Amino acid sequence: MAINQKEFDAIIIGAGGAGLRAALQLAQSNYKVAVISKVYPTRSHTVSAQGGIAAALGNVVEDHWEWHMYDTVNGSDYLGDQDAIEYMCQNAPASVYELEHIGLPFSRLDNGKIYQRAFGGHTQNYGGEPTRRTCSAADRTGHAMVHTMFQKNLEAKTHFYSEWYAIDLVKTAEGGVAGVVAMCIETGELVFFKARATVLATGGAGRIYLTTSNAYINSGDGLGMILRAGFPLQDMEFWQFHPTGLAGVGCLISEGVRGEGGYLLNGKGERFMERYSPHLKDLDCRDVVSRSIIMELMAGNGAGPDKDYILLKLDHLGADLIHQRLPGIRDLSMSFLNIDPIKEPIPVLPTCHYMMGGIPTNLHAQVVTQDAAGQERVVPGLYAAGECACVSVHGANRLGTNSLLDLIVFGRAAGMHLQERLKSDLPAMAHDPADLERALARLARWENPANTEDPTAIRREMREVMQAQFGVFRDEKHMRPGLEKLQALNQRLQRAQLKDRSQIFNTTRIEMLELDNLMDVAVATAVCATQRQESRGAHSRYDYPHRDDQNWLKHSLYFLDGRLGFRPVNQTPKYVPPFRIKEREETYE
Amino acid sequence: MSKPSRNMTFSICRFDPDSGKPPQMQEFVLDVSKIKGAMLLNALEAIKESQDPTLKFRRSCGEGVCGSDGMNINGKNGLACITQLHQLPDRVVLQPLPGFPIICDLIVDMKPFFDQYEKVKPYLQNKNPPPPTERLQSPQDRAKLDGLYECILCACCTSSCPSYWWNPEQFLGPAALLNGYRFIADSRDTATAERVKRLEDRYSLMRCRTIMNCADVCPKGLNPSEAIAKIRREMLRESLD
Repeated sequence: MAINQKEFDAIIIGAGGAGLRAALQLAQSNYKVAVISKVYPTRSHTVSAQGGIAAALGNVVEDHWEWHMYDTVNGSDYLGDQDAIEYMCQNAPASVYELEHIGLPFSRLDNGKIYQRAFGGHTQNYGGEPTRRTCSAADRTGHAMVHTMFQKNLEAKTHFYSEWYAIDLVKTAEGGVAGVVAMCIETGELVFFKARATVLATGGAGRIYLTTSNAYINSGDGLGMILRAGFPLQDMEFWQFHPTGLAGVGCLISEGVRGEGGYLLNGKGERFMERYSPHLKDLDCRDVVSRSIIMELMAGNGAGPDKDYILLKLDHLGADLIHQRLPGIRDLSMSFLNIDPIKEPIPVLPTCHYMMGGIPTNLHAQVVTQDAAGQERVVPGLYAAGECACVSVHGANRLGTNSLLDLIVFGRAAGMHLQERLKSDLPAMAHDPADLERALARLARWENPANTEDPTAIRREMREVMQAQFGVFRDEKHMRPGLEKLQALNQRLQRAQLKDRSQIFNTTRIEMLELDNLMDVAVATAVCATQRQESRGAHSRYDYPHRDDQNWLKHSLYFLDGRLGFRPVNQTPKYVPPFRIKEREETYE
Repeated sequence: MSKPSRNMTFSICRFDPDSGKPPQMQEFVLDVSKIKGAMLLNALEAIKESQDPTLKFRRSCGEGVCGSDGMNINGKNGLACITQLHQLPDRVVLQPLPGFPIICDLIVDMKPFFDQYEKVKPYLQNKNPPPPTERLQSPQDRAKLDGLYECILCACCTSSCPSYWWNPEQFLGPAALLNGYRFIADSRDTATAERVKRLEDRYSLMRCRTIMNCADVCPKGLNPSEAIAKIRREMLRESLD
C-alpha cells in the first residue's frame, strides 16, 4: 500500500517535558524538525507534575550535586546506573537555570532566588538530615514547565503535528530506524514521517493499572513501538506506587505536602511512619512509604468507616501556606472528595504513578539493544528520553522530583547529541518497505470484520489483573496465574473488535491502538516481575523479601518474542568514586 | 456500601461530517451510581464504553489540569473531568464549545484559539543576557503572576465571550489576552512597551466589553477580564510616558 511521505531531519514523538526540551534544543539549529503529538502539547501528562524539579542549587541550605547523586543511587536501591545518575545530578543546576531563563515562573525566596522545598529521600551530606533541593512553582511545576517550553517552541517556530498518532517505527534493512508511520486523528490520513533521526518521548504507561495517577493518554505508545520493532524494554518490573493518591480516585496529592510539613496518620491517629522509618519518617522514599501504608491497612489500622485508607494531615500548616504553596492539591481534594485540607486531613492510598523501566538508552539518549549473543549496540537513528526511556537514573525506585529533572536533562542531551550528529555523519537511511507494511498490518488487523472479542472488557480485565497481582506487594503464588491470565487476554486482543470504523476523529480506533501498547507493557511487566526473585526498590516480594545483590544486581531486558536478557549495572561514574552498595534503612517488624 | 441508583439523561450533540446531516441531539440514559468515578467525564466514558463507541470527545489528565475536555454543560462552559455529577440536575445537555468550528460531536477545531494565543507572543522576552545562575525576582513580583500563569488553555473563557463570537479573527479573546498580560506582569520581561503597542488597535483588545463571562466560567478560577483591565491601565501608563 502506498502512503504519503513527509521528510524531516529529525522527528520527535511526544510533546511533554522531554519532547519539548529536545525540540527546543533542535529549534536553535536550522534543521527541519517536527514534533508529533497525539494531543495538543499542553495536554501532555507532564502538566500533572506538582511538586517540583530537583537540583542542588543550595538556595536554602548547603547542597552539592554529589549529595544529590548519593541520594539518587541509594534511592534506586543500587539498580540505577551511576554514570547516568552522575550526569543527571551534575547537569541539574544548569538545566534548571535554563528553565528559569526561558521564563518558568518558579516560586521565590525572599532574596529573589528560586524557592526550594524538602522532598522524600533527598538528604544533606550523604544520608544526613532532609535537605531542600526541590525547585518549585507552587504545586504546579509540571504545568509551568510544559507551558514555558511550549511557548518558547512557538517562538522558535517548531513545527507541531498536534493530534497525530504514531503507530509504528519503520526500520531500515540494517536494523536502524528510518522514521514512523503516523495517523492524523482528525482526518484518518496516514503518513510515513521519514527522518534521519527519531526521538521517542512518549511518556509512561500507568494506565495498565486500575488505580493510577496517570492521564488517560499514558498508554506506553513508544514502548509498544519498540517491542514490535524487535528492540528490548528494560527493568519493566519496577513501577512506582505513589503513597498519596486521592483515596478512591487515584489522582496525585504531591509529596510536596509532606515536604512542607504535612504527615500521615493511621485510623488511631498515630504517626505510623515513625515506626517504619525512624530517621526520615514521612519523608522517606516512596517505595518505603507505600509499603508502610499497605502494612498499616493490613494490620487493621486504616482510617474511615471501612478502615480502608490513611489520612494525610496538613491543616496544621495554616491557610496561608496552603494557599501559597499547595493551592493545586487543595483544588483536587475539594473537587474530588469535597474535603478542604485547610480544615481536615485528606484520605489517601498508594496509586500507580511512575514507570522506572523503559527503553534502554545511553547517556546521549541513544536507544541501545542487545543481539542474541548478548552483544550490545546502539540503534542507528533512534533516541528515547523521559519516562519512556530507562537510562537508568531511577533504578528500582525513583526519588520525587527526579522525574522532571530526568525529562529536562535527557531531553536536552538527546537534542545536543542529535544537533552534532545532524551536522556530520548522520545519513538519511533507506527504509525497509516490508517494515512499513508491518505497521499497516496492525491497522488492518483492527479493521477485520470477523473479529468478535470485546476490547473494553479485555482492557478492564487487564487492569484488574495488574492491580491485584502486580501491585505494591507480590509473590509467585499470585503472579503466576496473573501472567497466565494476561497471556490469555493478549490472545483475545488479537481478535478484538473495532466498534467504530469512521474516519473523522475516531477516538475509539486510537484507544484500540493504545490498548495494543498497554497489553504489551502489562505482559512485559508480568514476565519481568515473575522472573526477578528478590525484593528491590518498588519490586517487593513476600516470597523473596530481601535484596539479592549476588544474583540480581542487574537490569533485565524483555523482547516481544519472549527472549530475556540482562545488562550489568554501571558502577563507574566519571568524576567521583563509585558509591558502594549498602542496605537501605527500612523496618517492617 | 452501594450508592442509591440515579438515572441521569445526557442529551449530547452528535455530528458526523461524513453523514451530510446537520448536528442533532441524542439522548443517553445512564445509572450513574453504577459507574466508576463521580465526574461528568466518568459518565461520558461509561456511555462510550457501554452504549455508543462512536461518541467522540477529548480527554487527557482527568483532573482539571490539561484543559482537553472543555464543553458546554447545560449552557455553561466547563471541564467535564472536574464537574461533579451530583451538582448537575438529572437532565444534562452537552454541546461542543460555542464559537469554534465543530469537527464532530463534542470536538471543536482548536486552531483558531491557538492562533490567537500565538499573536500575543506568549513567551518571555528579555534583551539582556542571562546571568550564570537564576534571574532574581522578589516574591512580591512573582506574586503578580498568580492568577495568570495557571491558565490551562481549555478555551472555556474565549468560547463563552460574545465579543469573540462577533470578531473571532480580530478580537484576541480572553485567554490570549490573559496570557499576554502574564508576560507584561513578569518583572523579567523587557518587551512591555511592544506588547502593549501591539494591542492598541480597535479590535485586538478593545472589543472586550467587560461582559465577564470569561471570569464566570474559568474552571481554574482566573479572571481574564481583570487582566484585560490591567493591560488597559498599562496602555494609559505607556501613553503618558
